[in-house]
Amino acid sequence: MTFSISLTVNGVRRDVELDNPRVTLLDLLRERLQLTGTKKGCDRGQCGACTVLVDGRRINSCLALALSHDGADIRTIEGVAEGGHLHPVQEAFIAHDALQCGFCTPGQIMSAIGLIQEGQTDGDPERVREGMSGNLCRCSAYAGITEAVLDAQKKLAEAGGTDAGRRDAA
Amino acid sequence: MTSEISLSTVPAHTRHGSNIGQPLTRRDGVLKVTGAATYAADNHPEGMLFAVMATSSIARGRVVALDVDAAKAHPGVVDVMTPAHKPELAMDPDAKTNPFMFRLDLLQNDLVRYAHQPIAVVVARSLEAATEGAALLAPRYEEEPARVGLDADESFEPAAIGIGSPARIERGDVEAALARAEHRLEATYETPAQYHNAMEPHAIVAAWDGDTLSIDTPSQGLAMAQGRLAGLFGIAPENIHIRSPFLGGGFGSKGLVSGPQVLGIMAAKLVGRPVKLVLRRDQMYGPVGHRPPTRQTLRLGFDGEGKLSALHHHAKTVSSTFDDFFEPAADISHTLYAAPAILTSHEAVRADIGTPLFMRAPGEATGSIALEGAIDEAAFACGMDPLAFRLKNYAEVEPISGKPFSSKALRECYRQGAERFGWSRRTIEPRKMRDENGYLVGWGMGTATFPALMFQAEARAVLRRDGSGVMETGAHDMGQGAWTALAQIAADALGLDLDRTEFRAGTSDLPDAGIAGGSAHTATAGMAIHNAGADVVAKLAALATGDERSPLFGAGNAGVVAREGRLHRRDDESRSEGYGDILARAGLAQIEGKGSAAPDPSVQETYAMHAHGAVFAEVKVDPDLGQVRATRLVGAFAAGRVINPRMVRSQFYGGMIWGISFALHEHAVMDRRSGRILNADLAEYHIPVNADVPSLDALMIEEHDPHVNALGIKGVGEIGITGSAGAVANAVWHATGVRVRHFPIGLDDLLVPAAA
Amino acid sequence: MNDFDYIRPATVPEAVAAAAAPGAAYLAAGTNLLDLMKGGVARPGRLVDVTRLPGLDAVEWLEDGGVRIGAMVRNADLAHDPRFAASFPAVAEALLSGASGQLRNAASVGGNLLQRTRCAYFADLDSACNKRVPGSGCDARAGENRLHAVLGWSDACIATHPSDFCVPLVALDAVVEIEGRGGRREVPLAELHRLPGDAPEKDTALEPGDLIVAVRLPAGAAAFAGHARYIKLRERTSYAFAVVSAAAMLRLEGGVIAEARLTLGGVAAKPWRDAWAEQALAGARPDEEAFRRAAELALAGARPSGDNAFKIELARRLVVRALALAASGTPERVPALPGSPFSSLPELHHDV
Repeated sequence: MTFSISLTVNGVRRDVELDNPRVTLLDLLRERLQLTGTKKGCDRGQCGACTVLVDGRRINSCLALALSHDGADIRTIEGVAEGGHLHPVQEAFIAHDALQCGFCTPGQIMSAIGLIQEGQTDGDPERVREGMSGNLCRCSAYAGITEAVLDAQKKLAEAGGTDAGRRDAA
Repeated sequence: MTSEISLSTVPAHTRHGSNIGQPLTRRDGVLKVTGAATYAADNHPEGMLFAVMATSSIARGRVVALDVDAAKAHPGVVDVMTPAHKPELAMDPDAKTNPFMFRLDLLQNDLVRYAHQPIAVVVARSLEAATEGAALLAPRYEEEPARVGLDADESFEPAAIGIGSPARIERGDVEAALARAEHRLEATYETPAQYHNAMEPHAIVAAWDGDTLSIDTPSQGLAMAQGRLAGLFGIAPENIHIRSPFLGGGFGSKGLVSGPQVLGIMAAKLVGRPVKLVLRRDQMYGPVGHRPPTRQTLRLGFDGEGKLSALHHHAKTVSSTFDDFFEPAADISHTLYAAPAILTSHEAVRADIGTPLFMRAPGEATGSIALEGAIDEAAFACGMDPLAFRLKNYAEVEPISGKPFSSKALRECYRQGAERFGWSRRTIEPRKMRDENGYLVGWGMGTATFPALMFQAEARAVLRRDGSGVMETGAHDMGQGAWTALAQIAADALGLDLDRTEFRAGTSDLPDAGIAGGSAHTATAGMAIHNAGADVVAKLAALATGDERSPLFGAGNAGVVAREGRLHRRDDESRSEGYGDILARAGLAQIEGKGSAAPDPSVQETYAMHAHGAVFAEVKVDPDLGQVRATRLVGAFAAGRVINPRMVRSQFYGGMIWGISFALHEHAVMDRRSGRILNADLAEYHIPVNADVPSLDALMIEEHDPHVNALGIKGVGEIGITGSAGAVANAVWHATGVRVRHFPIGLDDLLVPAAA
Repeated sequence: MNDFDYIRPATVPEAVAAAAAPGAAYLAAGTNLLDLMKGGVARPGRLVDVTRLPGLDAVEWLEDGGVRIGAMVRNADLAHDPRFAASFPAVAEALLSGASGQLRNAASVGGNLLQRTRCAYFADLDSACNKRVPGSGCDARAGENRLHAVLGWSDACIATHPSDFCVPLVALDAVVEIEGRGGRREVPLAELHRLPGDAPEKDTALEPGDLIVAVRLPAGAAAFAGHARYIKLRERTSYAFAVVSAAAMLRLEGGVIAEARLTLGGVAAKPWRDAWAEQALAGARPDEEAFRRAAELALAGARPSGDNAFKIELARRLVVRALALAASGTPERVPALPGSPFSSLPELHHDV
């Protein structure tokens, strides 16, 4: 039995035939849609490397059944920068060296974008640390990550939007 | 064949002029923040199948049945690789021809030597089918009682520890010195098994084409991996092409090719199609190495003024039943404190575990937390400030060898670190400091140290007529910043701006850059790059200075200097010529040079070479509930020349957080009966989260070392964990008055009676 | 993960009918179920996806002042619902102390109630576990059991219930609305989860096909809003299950405790509410002596199930702390580190 679902991934409608119901959203993205920016670190909701935005909210895609998200709007790390312009969160991650090996970075960035949109941190570093604690980083770039989120949040607020304030990468 | 790997850079990342020492942002940053950086498991060649390992659930015994039929009957399953059905290897995986060659579990028989040992591989058309196929194998075992932990069996003195170091080294007569000592202190510390847990699980995508093999897999040592695989498969090393542009963390676990990676290649051979094999997180707790547990006894003799007269550091550790890796935990005591009599000794047992391996600061990390704890205990026994005690025993020469240090700015690390931290306001007595909220406050410190190592490496340099240059070496970026720091060295070596320098790394067809381990990669690969640059520039200079049409004619090689794409006469900088002009006149499209690097035996003979540092930690402890938070760490590190302070700071931070984790968080919990690890995941194997790390500071203390290598580089990757773990543990004691000598320290350790 | 039939019913009755079949399981967000399926602990032959069922995703304020929370309301949405958080601050704090931001965005209210134990032997298919395989034994008893139950356990099972959310809900007399084959019924949350006894395989009072459709808090629950905390001890600052947790709520009148609520988490197979302790607090002054007495009563029946005697003393101290914090007043906003004893370290809030 096959299942047909339709997703909007990074603004593009994707009609997907699944030969099997057990495909997770993460494996759908990585192994069937070739969107490998989203990473699998634990596959059990314990590390955050697979974080994507589903209908604007950050979730662990490894614990999401693809079928159950039929019709959803998905945003992955590949859809964050637009037209050659990095998102302020991406820029801030580079500027604050909020990454080392880079493997957790897509999840960190998606989580940071989600966190900022949730609007609960008020620029408080402790709330940012808590809010980013679902994303493990074994290289331990946490200090830079916290700085980057605070910095990006501030710049986005100054730009007057939550997520709209893209700036030139240079 | 040239490298496929290239990096996009954004203009803000480049800088004109001297590149070494500049805090450039990561050149691979854009790739990594956009998801475009390709890790091994991101590859998907045409026709690829998915392989999933089945691993053993017993620690010792043999597999007596696998339900291969059930697995094969699952829709999508293509084949099941078992000891009875697998490609032949050219070499016994249990053969060992050098100390860097570790025995691998490649389905050579039905024996089980540890839990999570691979026992079969299922190949299928989808990841889901392969995963379920592996579950359907439902192995049956003949199980034998597992031997577990530090008391698993009779202990013995290993023939060698680490890589070829003697298990026992003594200078002076420690027993006599202890007998004479005014004060004696004996303390036993235990450290747990820890697992690297790089965020990227080991992964491989392997494709065979006749006798040539193309693989994507993370590697901290491409040339060694190539050699190992060539031996196993009986093909020429040059027939193996490995791509490893980005490692999702290594920490030692990707230094040597692991069994599961080889199984992926075998599976591809078996099915005649490209295969991807990625470890599940739980499968990383067995076949890819770990830091073994230790039990360390420190015996110190000292006088009433805190002067050490004797230091005995004894370490017991665990290796597997089938291979030799012995954590050299006691050897940290060779270099740090100036006791006239020092003895380091090791003993080991064998248990039914995967072979332990190098894990970030192997030996140094485990040894440091015990030594720094004992030193802290001795300082308090003398009523001394722990920093004063350490200064009292400051080693002016390396204690174990008597050799002078090639450089040692530790005193300055102590001074600046203590000042930044505010150490002078610390009480000697524990449990005396509180904050405004009533939490217990503790301040502790530790000395950091790591040897300044170098391995062998080669590099190839090219200058082109268009004024650009290329530097090639098969270096590995596992997050430390090789793409950036080595490119900075390359640009300076070529006398070019960074944006005119193409740096190629991360594939096995490039010159061997040596292993990315031992905190030696920047020094090793960097020196090869430096020398390759010098070679090509010298060749270019020879062209110019021997050509009477050049403004540099007659200057001689020593008489020119390369800068920003031009050669200048040293004696008259106004006379210069661009690289492109020199090559054009010579009718050359490009000119090539080579360089190599290796440790200098005469320098090693003469000097003790180490990086040093001092770490100061503050913890807060809930006085009733025992919950601990490491609220502030300041580290001051002297590690020779800093190539890129932005990346070096991140390395120090990372190491310091590993120190917090060592002291407070991570440990593998093993069932004593089954030998299975019960927290083989990331939910219960606790590595720190962001909220565990509120405040870090890392000072880079200037240090010029004329001996370690021409660039003066020591290495920064591992030193951060040393000192830090002990500093946090000592801070917990200072906060609570409870000396916990096993790690991680848990809240149950700190539930002192409320009246205390 | 095993293969399964996937059904997405359009109505609650359809869902109940589909899930009543042997081997069927409801799929909400899947944050626990998919994890269990990946580990082979759960192998349902049929998944009944309830995420699109109508009417399950609302927070409704009832005329009597109570609140009805639809089973598909996501944990994060409930915690950040301003009126809900103001009325039931300890529930919001408990929700926000659990899991991670990503998991809370996905996880549902109903699913949170039904998460299964985190006992490592339950998760390990090769260990004996009466909860997973009835009658197979309990390897936790003589195993690594530092974090296991100290209350209400049996020789058959010493596992604990991992939920944070349920702890204050039980304290507040939450009621669970269930649709089953026999129609709708209500069960007090305190009676939903079962102690193991000799049937630890049965976590709850639910029958096959039963679907939790809502959780209700009674009108009186908001009366504790001014003095309500959830405190959670864990082995790292965030993203870890509780070693021990406590929900403490007080209604103060004229400087005296008029009514108290006290429930412990991480100590038993269900949230552990103690009526004796609550009664002892009623009428007392909110001081340390009263809190200590309550702590003694709450843990009076506790006994170690293994190497976990420390949890008893720790739980006593936590009760005292949680009551003291509740007495000092609910913070205006859920603290930066929800549930943490370090939730108020002002110097760490500076800009880095």
